[in-house]
Amino acid sequence: MDEEYDVIVLGTGLTECILSGLLSVEGKKVLHMDRNDYYGGDSASLNLTQLYRKFRPDQALPTDLGRDRDYAVDLIPKFIIASGELTRILVHTDVTRYLEFKQIAGSFVYRDGRISKVPSTEMEAVKSPLMGLFEKRRAKKFFEFLQNWKDDDPATHQGINLDKDSMATVYEKFGLEPGTQDFIGHAMALYLDDDYKTKPARPTYERIVLYTSSMARYGKSPYIYPLYGLGELPQSFARLSAIYGGTYMLDKSIDEIVTDDSGKFVGVRSGSETVKAKQVIGDPSYFGAGKSAESGKVRVVEEGKVIRAICFLKHPIPGTDDADSAQIIIPQNQVNRRNDIYIAMVSSTHNVCAKDVYVAIVSTIVETDRPEQEIAPGLQLLGPIYDKFVSVSSLYTPTSSGEADQIFITRSYDATSHFETVVDEVHNVWKRVVGKELVLKKREVEVEA
Amino acid sequence: MSKQLQFKLVLLGESAVGKSSLVLRFVKDQFDDYRESTIGAAFLTQTVTLEDQTTVKFEIWDTAGQERYKSLAPMYYRNANCAVVVYDITQSASLEKARSWIRELQRQADPSIIIALCGNKADLSARRQVSEEEAKKYAEEEGLMWGETSAKSGEGVQEIFTAIAKKLPQNAPQSARAGGRGGPSGRAGVDLNKQAGAMTGQNEPCNC
Ligand SMILES: Cc1cc2nc3c(=O)[nH]c(=O)nc-3n(C[C@@H](O)[C@H](O)[C@H](O)COP(=O)(O)OP(=O)(O)OC[C@H]3O[C@@H](n4cnc5c(N)ncnc54)[C@H](O)[C@@H]3O)c2cc1C
Ligand SMILES: Nc1nc2c(ncn2[C@@H]2O[C@H](COP(=O)(O)OP(=O)(O)OP(=O)(O)O)[C@@H](O)[C@H]2O)c(=O)[nH]1
Ligand SMILES: [Mg+2]
Repeated sequence: MDEEYDVIVLGTGLTECILSGLLSVEGKKVLHMDRNDYYGGDSASLNLTQLYRKFRPDQALPTDLGRDRDYAVDLIPKFIIASGELTRILVHTDVTRYLEFKQIAGSFVYRDGRISKVPSTEMEAVKSPLMGLFEKRRAKKFFEFLQNWKDDDPATHQGINLDKDSMATVYEKFGLEPGTQDFIGHAMALYLDDDYKTKPARPTYERIVLYTSSMARYGKSPYIYPLYGLGELPQSFARLSAIYGGTYMLDKSIDEIVTDDSGKFVGVRSGSETVKAKQVIGDPSYFGAGKSAESGKVRVVEEGKVIRAICFLKHPIPGTDDADSAQIIIPQNQVNRRNDIYIAMVSSTHNVCAKDVYVAIVSTIVETDRPEQEIAPGLQLLGPIYDKFVSVSSLYTPTSSGEADQIFITRSYDATSHFETVVDEVHNVWKRVVGKELVLKKREVEVEA
Repeated sequence: MSKQLQFKLVLLGESAVGKSSLVLRFVKDQFDDYRESTIGAAFLTQTVTLEDQTTVKFEIWDTAGQERYKSLAPMYYRNANCAVVVYDITQSASLEKARSWIRELQRQADPSIIIALCGNKADLSARRQVSEEEAKKYAEEEGLMWGETSAKSGEGVQEIFTAIAKKLPQNAPQSARAGGRGGPSGRAGVDLNKQAGAMTGQNEPCNC
């Protein structure tokens, strides 16, 4: 361990692995370490042994869930939005060669006590119970407006300025009912709360466009998912890094972030060895997250909590037409909350569990001191729950940008249902670490023998 | 029409035993005396045609830096149909390392995986530390294929890959990745790359 590196990366979560991969491709000498003996950190997918070791170390594995090795249970529930930024990075870095994807079969939204499919075709839309006939006409006018919008053609603007007018103003112009607004803002624009309504409409417009173009791409839902679980994503970027010379060390305790007198990063100590590097990037758990700050500098602060309940079911979720995978969104207004409740469900179709088992994760941003009660409306939709692993995790954010001490800390995985904020974070950290924008070079198309 | 099969093959073994050199010889029939540790290319394909005109396409995964500290990702072994575990006949320690990789494979990989133990650098037999008998005996005990090769002279290289190709089950369910689309369980997968072209030009918004 006496070599010196350009960058040490701590933790093999998706954010860290994408950064590690891109930095190695850029020619940096990277050492990537993790205290766990598995890849993925907080964004890992675990087999049953690992899952029980994490949540119930004292309990023996159940015998009626099938083979341990058939399981890859995600710790954070997210899907990949088909036309989103993560897809772009996957394609540009060519890590798609290590991965295989399938669609998520359906996207559902909760309304007035029951769930309905978010229409993915005109036929479905016409039949959808989500809107009455007249409201459908109004919605159609609204979607046509969005679809036809051209920045440089005022004739398509219908008097609206996307950068100045609020989304509430736009809804009002088209006379959309509150329930339709919930549907559009939460099931399509994927906002977690209603704050967007008072802000300029442009970001909402962009999110709806992203949603509809993703929906159009493969047809069933706007989401895709990697076979064998989300944990394959960090692994694939770790491999990219390794191929470009990155060195990997798992199962390594990280005992100290060594700094000089001015507080600037020097290296990382593991046991009695210290590895030196110019910069360090890592997830909050390597920088004092969750520990009292008595020793040394406060580098991360908590900015909220998320509750996640991993549920094993022995049946598909009722009302989803036996979908093998689904997202269900419970808009906050529907259950008198400030934040939406999400359900993400996958099954053996995605090679993440034994046959006839369904893994659903119910999650939301914690608003009270009784978080488990907050997800009850989500749990109720699942039918009988075979087993359930509940965790409340803090979301941490760094206290400084890292440029002064060359210590760059990534943010925790948030409550959104997809990876777009993870990619934002990658761009963000890259800019601070490298000092310039991340530009994805055009992929070389290689013709194989 | 003749059959076409595709299999995933992984390489394992201590650093500098010649894993990448073996692949280079097999795929491009080249050799490089001053190869650097694997950087930049670790996913190659090569096709072998058998006597009955069956073509076997190997999708070859080389390790690249993750093996040094025993940090290979499960993804590496996943759906591997065959593994070539390489040692250097001039370094007896490299056979020890190969044994530990074989134990790892027996634990982690699919039980039906075909493992070939490969003694490389046969051109340096003057400095031999591992005898043919010793390696062969171990391979027999463990039920492995075995052969000696020289990536430098080319001796034994084609032979070992062809022997593996012959041994692979000709009617096997194709591995998810190596067998192309479709996957093991029903519904077809989606191909992100196919969309790549469309995506770059995709500025027209909602076409739902
Ligand atoms: C809740 C809801 C969701 C819908 N989702 C879809 C969808 O995902 N894909 C789809 O093809 N149609 C969707 N529709 C649209 C559908 O109702 C058509 O507008 C209707 O069938 C008439 O189509 P047209 O060919 O006469 O209109 P056109 O003039 O061809 O419609 C103009 C465009 O706007 C789109 N559009 C209109 N209304 C909506 C809407 N409410 N939501 C999304 N897009 C809309 C149409 O699909 C079409 O691309 C949806 C409608 C509703 C109410
Ligand atoms: N004489 C001789 N030298 C060989 C042979 N095969 C490889 N070498 C040399 O051994 C060295 C290491 O070969 P590599 O192919 O890079 O070994 P590797 O196992 O891929 O090493 P890592 O990528 O570090 O794991 C190079 O200098 C090669 O030229 C061989 O058959 N005979
Ligand atoms: Mg090599």
